[in-house]
Amino acid sequence: MEFALAALVGLFFATAIYLLLSKAVIRMLLGIAILGNAVNLLIFTAGRLTREIPPIVPQGQKQLIEPFANPLPQALILTAIVIGFALFTFLLVLGYRAYQELDADDTDTMRIAEPENAPRPPLSY
Amino acid sequence: MAPSLDFTIALIPIAPFLAAFLAPWVHKFTGQYAGWILAIIPASVFVYLLNFIQLIASGSFVSTALEWVPSYGLNFSFFLDGLSLTFALLISGIGTIIVIYSGKYLKGHKHQGRFLAFILMFMGSMLGLVLADNMVVLFIFWELTSITSFLLIGFDHARQASRRAAIQALVVTGGGGLALLVGVILLQQVLGVWELSALRNYGQILQEQAIFPVILILFILAAFTKSAQFPFHFWLPNAMEAPTPVSAFLHSATMVKAGVYLLARMNPVLGANEIWTITLVAFGSITLLWGATWALRQSDMKQMLAQTTVASLGLLVILIGIGTDIAIAAMVIYLIAHALYKATLFLVAGIIDHGTGTREITELGGMMKLMPLTFIVAAVAAISMAGFPPAVGFFAKEEMYLALAQMEWHTIAVLIVLILGNAMMLVVGAAIAIKPFFGGLKATSIKPHDGSLALIIGPVIFGVAALSAGVFVKEFGDIFISPTASAIYNLEVENHLKWYLGMFLKPIILLSVLTWVIGGLLFWKFDEVRKILRRVDESFKWDFDIGFDWLMFGLIRFADKVTRIWHHGRLEIYMIVVFISLGVASILPLILTNSLPPVPDMPDLTFYEWGVFVMAVAGLVSVLLAKTRLVAIVSLGIQGFAVALIFLLFGAPDLAFTQFMVETLTVVILALVMTRLYLDKRDRRRFEDILRDGGLAVICGVGLMVLLMAVLQTPIDLRLSEFFAATSVPIAHGHNIVNVILVDYRGLDTFGEIAVVMAAGVSILALIRIRAGGPQTGIGAPKKSARKNITRKTTTRKKPAVKKQVSKAVAAKVATKVAVRAKAVEKNVSQKSAKTKAASKAKVVSKTKTVSKAKVASKPKTASKPKVAGKVKTKGKTKAKKGVAK
Amino acid sequence: MNTIIFRTIAPFLVAIMVVFSVFVLLRGHNEPGGGFIGGLIAASAIAIYGIAAGVSEVRKALKIDPLAIAGFGLFIAGLAGLLSLGAEAPFLTGLWTYFEIGNAKVALSSVLIFDIGVYLVVLGTISAIALALEENEEGE
Repeated sequence: MEFALAALVGLFFATAIYLLLSKAVIRMLLGIAILGNAVNLLIFTAGRLTREIPPIVPQGQKQLIEPFANPLPQALILTAIVIGFALFTFLLVLGYRAYQELDADDTDTMRIAEPENAPRPPLSY
Repeated sequence: MAPSLDFTIALIPIAPFLAAFLAPWVHKFTGQYAGWILAIIPASVFVYLLNFIQLIASGSFVSTALEWVPSYGLNFSFFLDGLSLTFALLISGIGTIIVIYSGKYLKGHKHQGRFLAFILMFMGSMLGLVLADNMVVLFIFWELTSITSFLLIGFDHARQASRRAAIQALVVTGGGGLALLVGVILLQQVLGVWELSALRNYGQILQEQAIFPVILILFILAAFTKSAQFPFHFWLPNAMEAPTPVSAFLHSATMVKAGVYLLARMNPVLGANEIWTITLVAFGSITLLWGATWALRQSDMKQMLAQTTVASLGLLVILIGIGTDIAIAAMVIYLIAHALYKATLFLVAGIIDHGTGTREITELGGMMKLMPLTFIVAAVAAISMAGFPPAVGFFAKEEMYLALAQMEWHTIAVLIVLILGNAMMLVVGAAIAIKPFFGGLKATSIKPHDGSLALIIGPVIFGVAALSAGVFVKEFGDIFISPTASAIYNLEVENHLKWYLGMFLKPIILLSVLTWVIGGLLFWKFDEVRKILRRVDESFKWDFDIGFDWLMFGLIRFADKVTRIWHHGRLEIYMIVVFISLGVASILPLILTNSLPPVPDMPDLTFYEWGVFVMAVAGLVSVLLAKTRLVAIVSLGIQGFAVALIFLLFGAPDLAFTQFMVETLTVVILALVMTRLYLDKRDRRRFEDILRDGGLAVICGVGLMVLLMAVLQTPIDLRLSEFFAATSVPIAHGHNIVNVILVDYRGLDTFGEIAVVMAAGVSILALIRIRAGGPQTGIGAPKKSARKNITRKTTTRKKPAVKKQVSKAVAAKVATKVAVRAKAVEKNVSQKSAKTKAASKAKVVSKTKTVSKAKVASKPKTASKPKVAGKVKTKGKTKAKKGVAK
Repeated sequence: MNTIIFRTIAPFLVAIMVVFSVFVLLRGHNEPGGGFIGGLIAASAIAIYGIAAGVSEVRKALKIDPLAIAGFGLFIAGLAGLLSLGAEAPFLTGLWTYFEIGNAKVALSSVLIFDIGVYLVVLGTISAIALALEENEEGE
């Protein structure tokens, strides 16, 4: 079953990358959202899969007995989800504000930071 | 002989840095007396160093070491032997005078405190350089002198010439410093020793190594760049852009002598072989003749002196290259003599400049009566420079001729070079001592006057020193020359200097006479010689200085081209590069190491797991194909929920809940923002782009899939997870291990992460709230009282069309308002003083600027508005200018 | 979205969600839950309330600026970490004390304070963003 999930991870990445390569800002945003999920699933799968046994010690017991789901990737992913959400929101608002200010949603036309004909550096001291 | 340990010598280089730290405050509170007060530090260093003379003269040396990086055997070590002591005395002694002199010379300069700090820092670096025992410490102080001299030369940074000279000095000497670093490391790799004091007995072993020529060239390169040897000589005359005290300091005892110091220091290790001798003598000779010749071409006194410094450095390098005991002794005498007379002459040039307003030697004359003291000190320095008895310069010349007094063709060739060089330098010394003071008085912009005590005290002391060193040459030789030369020569060098009548009857004196005769002839035809040289100079289209510009600008152009290739500004190409790298990095290693995972069997999933997978795939596909915003949002939600379900199915309820909540919020927020964003129905990619992007995406997807499969083949290290599982309840009192990891085991990570979340939140709010054009513009969120106001204002902007009109009207209003205000202010200020005028004007201008800028930014579409705004701006500006002019 | 039914049930829904979020937060150390999830639930509640009743209404009900809540959360999370310095343990070491209230044994720990801090940061930040975006929506 890990391989099935590996294939799914590949599909997530492929979709995300295809969307990111688009020049339209909004599609890139969708790509970012999917990329976050792809990475989380990648970490999750790499930590091995266990069906339906959460890493929670039953009440009254001192220790967890195998098998149980690997808690370490879960802890990593949990924060990654929240941070990923914060990042996504930030990019969303950035894209939205850029659209408002520049009236453009095509990355080819957003060239204020690196303009097409940037001035040459001054040849003096 | 065993060294005596004394940790106080480590304080010597540090003291000037402390003084430098205090200098701005000292200057602030004591004004023009700051020079006198700050000079206490170098003066006490000087006096302290005098204590060691007896010890060093007996052949011993002092050392100290602080542990620095023990794992590399690196110590912060210093030592003091004859060579270090001579240099340290020159640096601190001349440094004391320079600090006093600059206190007066730059009186009233608004950055005088800064200047004094720079000078002191430079002095500290220089002291550290000559006292360093560890070669890495030597390198650090070496580069520190480059940096501090950069600050000093570029002190008058408002002038382009200053900036250029500073950069030039930094590039040349700093570049040489890098060669030194490589050389030092190679040397340590070969010999395993970091300490200079330990190095001196390894010369034989080192010179048998195959890598020796490389090390030798690296050290020579470092020394040549620092000491301005041909072909790196060009930076030194340009460094004259610095204020005169800096030139006097840099060119007499410090900076440029650092290269000479390095060569002298390394002589026992690197010297006494053919490459060393030939390189040093050949380049030294070229430098000597080049510098001396171009010195005659100049008419600016500082430039003349700078070129003779180049020549003198060449001479010193020749003498080190010859390397016999007499040559080394001659080099030491010449080093000290040169430091004394060159510092004097620079300070004299400064006094003349200060007193008359010009340094052009052709514009000066007849000031003997007006500046008698200055004349006397200049004359003494010139006597020493020309090598007349009884000044110490006489012995320097005698010794160097003596070192070459063998009848072989190559020594004679070098001898001729030395005689010519000395003769030409004599002319420069004579010109500075005679031309401004004799002949008819020429009118100058300032009425000539002698320097005050702070200015004249240094030259007087140096003059007395030069004369007394010459008169008491026996003692001088015993105390300074012999220990210093011994340190360089690595064997005891006997002092044979003394006065006796017979010395004037030896044939060697004829060479001195020859020098004086040639010098006298050149001086007689001084103006003609200069004219000829000037014509020769002008006929050259190219020189090393222009070459430097060519190199620097070439570098900038090259950097520009490289930047244009890599920073082309097209996002999709940046990303294609990134993803190609990702694809290659994920697959290629697996192929190369032949570790591709086997093709798996059909996975054994339950039907509901299949259901979730299908849901995820369906979500992804419909995101790809979405033509409307709603479809895109919903299908994004679907894949997100599918991921949450996967988490739930594989034992991660915490993740599943979080993912559910996040997906819900994502959809909500997307729904809020998306209505304002434009989603093209078609993906605007051309067919070939779709193929390219799709192919790349598939490659990356497959690559990561294969990589993940390969990872799953390898055994997993579960020790950490097992540790958490075993200790979660007993130690951390928690049953939910994931939560325990988050808030307890890895609490610091979580703490950092919530800080990041919060920072993201703040920046998002800033992005939403900061608008160009509105009165609510400001950094951060508006205040509570203002908030209602904003909501109301934003509600008025119902439709873009209305907004346009509104902002147009606002712009017009602002324009008229500003114009009116500017007029009013003008009326006001015409009655007030000029100062308040300029200030209030500036205020108006800045206000108009921000307002109009904001307006322009708010709506770039409308063409009329920016025009209005621009007009307002220029109006305000021109008016302000008028006001200032009035 | 602004239907009468939604507007009517929204306050109740929000109240239930907020209480639930606190429940999730507090049980987090032993059962699925915790500060992140609780904070997200509470933030969703506030976002829903904002859509239903308008942002100014929410701000009035909250009394405190959401970003200030987040800042306070970060502050007490840091403070919880500093508590361990008093016990001469490294930063963020968990400290536990137990109270007997009647028959129930109640645990109080610096870890819980830390988790509450996480809860407040997530709640404050995300609701601040959501409210700002909703405000924007209303505004234009």
